[in-house]
Amino acid sequence: MYRYIFRRLLLMIPVLVGISVIVFGIMTLIPGDPAQAILGSYATPENLARLRSDLGLDRPAPERYLIWLGNIMQGDLGRSYSLDRPVLDEVLERFGPTLLLAGTALILCTFSGIAAGLISAVKQYGWPDRIVTLLVLIGISTPSFWLGLLFILLFSVHLGWFPVSGMYDVYGGGGIVDLLHHLVLPALTLAVVATGVVARLSRSSMLEVLRQDYVRTARAKGLAERNVIFKHAFKNSLVNIVPVIGIQTGFLLGGAVYIETVFQWPGIGRMLVTAISTRDILLVQGGVLIVAASYVVINLVTDVIQHMLDPRIAV
Amino acid sequence: MSASSAAEVPVTGGAPSFTARLLRNPLTVLGLVLVAFILLTSVAAPVLPLPDPDATDLAARLKPPLTPGHPLGTDQLGRDMLSRIVWGTQISLAVGLTATAVAAFFGSLIGIVAGFYGRWIDNLLMRGIDMLMAFPYLLLALAIVAALGPGLLNALYAIAIVNIPFFARNVRGVTVGLVRQEYVDTARISGLSNPRILTGEILPNLLPVILITVSTTIGWMILETAGLSFLGLGAQPPRADLGSMLGEGRKLMMVAPHVATVPGLVIFLLVVGINLVGDGLRDALDPRLKSGETVRPTPRTEAAEGVGTSAPADPEHFSAPDDGTQGNTAAPAGLPSGEEHLLQVAGLKTWFFSGKETYKAVDDVSFHLDRGEALGIVGESGSGKSVMALSLLCLVPTPPGKIVGGRVRFQGEELLTAPLSTLQHLRGNRIAYIFQDPLTTLNPLFPVGDQIAETVLRHQNADRNTARCRAVDLMDRVRIPDAAGRSGAYPHELSGGMRQRIVIAMALANDPDIVIADEPTTALDVTIQAQILRLLNDLRRDRGASLLFITHDFGVVDNLCDRIMVMYAGKVVETGRTVQVLNDPLHPYTRRLIACVPVLGQPERTIDAIPGTAPPVNRLPDGCAFASRCDRAVDDCRSGAIPLDAFGPGRAARCIRAGEGR
Repeated sequence: MYRYIFRRLLLMIPVLVGISVIVFGIMTLIPGDPAQAILGSYATPENLARLRSDLGLDRPAPERYLIWLGNIMQGDLGRSYSLDRPVLDEVLERFGPTLLLAGTALILCTFSGIAAGLISAVKQYGWPDRIVTLLVLIGISTPSFWLGLLFILLFSVHLGWFPVSGMYDVYGGGGIVDLLHHLVLPALTLAVVATGVVARLSRSSMLEVLRQDYVRTARAKGLAERNVIFKHAFKNSLVNIVPVIGIQTGFLLGGAVYIETVFQWPGIGRMLVTAISTRDILLVQGGVLIVAASYVVINLVTDVIQHMLDPRIAV
Repeated sequence: MSASSAAEVPVTGGAPSFTARLLRNPLTVLGLVLVAFILLTSVAAPVLPLPDPDATDLAARLKPPLTPGHPLGTDQLGRDMLSRIVWGTQISLAVGLTATAVAAFFGSLIGIVAGFYGRWIDNLLMRGIDMLMAFPYLLLALAIVAALGPGLLNALYAIAIVNIPFFARNVRGVTVGLVRQEYVDTARISGLSNPRILTGEILPNLLPVILITVSTTIGWMILETAGLSFLGLGAQPPRADLGSMLGEGRKLMMVAPHVATVPGLVIFLLVVGINLVGDGLRDALDPRLKSGETVRPTPRTEAAEGVGTSAPADPEHFSAPDDGTQGNTAAPAGLPSGEEHLLQVAGLKTWFFSGKETYKAVDDVSFHLDRGEALGIVGESGSGKSVMALSLLCLVPTPPGKIVGGRVRFQGEELLTAPLSTLQHLRGNRIAYIFQDPLTTLNPLFPVGDQIAETVLRHQNADRNTARCRAVDLMDRVRIPDAAGRSGAYPHELSGGMRQRIVIAMALANDPDIVIADEPTTALDVTIQAQILRLLNDLRRDRGASLLFITHDFGVVDNLCDRIMVMYAGKVVETGRTVQVLNDPLHPYTRRLIACVPVLGQPERTIDAIPGTAPPVNRLPDGCAFASRCDRAVDDCRSGAIPLDAFGPGRAARCIRAGEGR
């Protein structure tokens, strides 16, 4: 077990290096003069020259990459020009709300998706299956930014159940209850698409597993049907579901960009969109890096869970 | 034949054409109609009688839908929403489709090259793809847009690039499989150049997988390009696609919700349509995906009305195989009147239904089993012997299987119509199965000791620890060395012989009255086979259990079984005591099967494989099903049903020439 985790940790290193190369590479692909792009057309020549040497643009790319990587290792992600504060501070501040949002959505989509898939598989071609199949289709076809607007119109504007936007009330809020009150709609919206994907996969995986010989063995042993399904079949289908949950986390982290924009949620996604439109390249770089790195960690966690479930996976 | 292979039987039906399969699903047709409507409307935008989408009319700002002249209302500049949506859809579609084409082209190219050339090229390309996939999907697109700057074309590139890995991976997987195929080798040897092989031999076979990947990703790509425009990173004003219309309309949501909600609805309908078509396309392209779904996982086989309650219509079916005397069912020969056999099967019919086809896997099988007796059931694979054995405790999946006739009585109790709880009480307890291929019949995720203990826990009043100890005892009894240590092992950690012993230990857990062993030695080598057979024999002798031993090999029934029943194409063709059947087979099929067994010390004996194959059980010929393979067949064999004729007590054969030459 520990050996497996250790080995997976070692394997993370090349992936992280790869990610840093890609992020660095993309940012050096910026057409024209990056300093000009960052500072805009009103920049003074002195500022441009200073930024160029700040960015190390006078050196060859590999050397620049190594310097940049060295700085990152020391926690120096540079300084945001639009916000005039260290990128790391801003990124860390924005990362918490995104994790909260994506994490809540992850829990929602995992439980409801697996439950829906399970019911659907066990009642295959029955009416619960039809309903789930329809909901799945709607889920995976819905633009989440549109659904968010519909939710706001219905639940906030017409029914007044939930606040329209933000994370806390401006006046007198700030408690955990207030936070949860604000969290419901964005988390629900974010979870819808992922729920559809998880439900669809759980259904097909469960159907596949229910056809296996060992399920017949379980029945031939005289086990009660709930044991056959929830113990023997379900654990086997989880082996297929867990990696997809990992992939869905990636979709949730990305999809959070829309939801944060729609609900004015102060997370890293909204920060990225603003940073892109203000051409604050270093801020974009920092945001992308931290989300990508956290995704690598999530994939490690799902791999370890899968390893715990399935003894056949070699160390 | 296992349950899963039994379930595959129905797949062999006639295959309708691709388009027919596609259009058979009403949801696919609905999707096609949706997509076609949206596509045609947007393409026809220039010729439709629509106002200029960019013509502003500040006097008519934010008119709600259904305003005369503006069916979908107007936006904040008084522009006609309907016209803007039709033109915006055109842009969204164009960008989505182009992104799909770009991703499909480059992704497939990378996949083909990596899969075809292999080695370091493969390694390099696929590690690169892995890196791209290490990013959360949308984040990479954002980073690309950040570098290139906002704009519709840049959004297109970004979405295409993040979708390349899906194509590359799928295509590479299939290519690697194709490269290993023989015909590619043949093409190579015949001197075709690599590009020729790629375009001539490999590319055509890749089209389905590319199409399937397109169908799964195109909906996403349209959603994501709309999403980037919604964020203000895609289409820039004055040009507007559906996403940017939604993004701009969002600011007016409180006053005029239709400006944002209607474009969103169009995206939704378009993507629903695409996904419906995609689902239909995948089902039609890959019928295997669909066919498996006809097997519904049910805890018991459904029985047709009337099963188990009354005697079969033709009383002849009852008696012949037992003792050759007509109509003597209640008190079979050799038993005092009023007493029953331990297990009595009469006229059992298990059929599989798939579409219009009916597969008579088990058709009118009758036999009995007494306490301590061993009955061998012999036949080729596909003869229905496994399905018959599974039917006894209703373990055949419904659909496609269904018990359409017959009775199964165990200790006087009818099983085919018994409530599920009764069946579950008997399964693994009074009647236990030993299946073939213990690698697939054991659950890979649980230690073997636990799997044995589970059976004990289910049927005995024991706590977890007692059950565990009992499991180790049982493993000991089937002669597993270091049973205590091995009880924590997972199935994949044991050898084939060990796994088979585990399965046997599981069957013995509750001292069953009947053990049904379905080809328990097929997967094993000869020495292990002998050990397993000895084990089963001991079990019968020591515990007085009855044994139903299913095999295709006459060589193994000799020492083990008291009586033999030979099955062919779902029917019993011969029964009798083992000695009688082996020394004096009545049915030509039995004779040929016996001739297949090699005899030690007689190397000069020729082993004749039986020519031909058994007829499919959905297209059984009139008359004898074996006639086409039989060297003694005469014209009469091919007309009318052949009865199972009695030849003395407990002896019967289904052959009109069986009596000749005796």
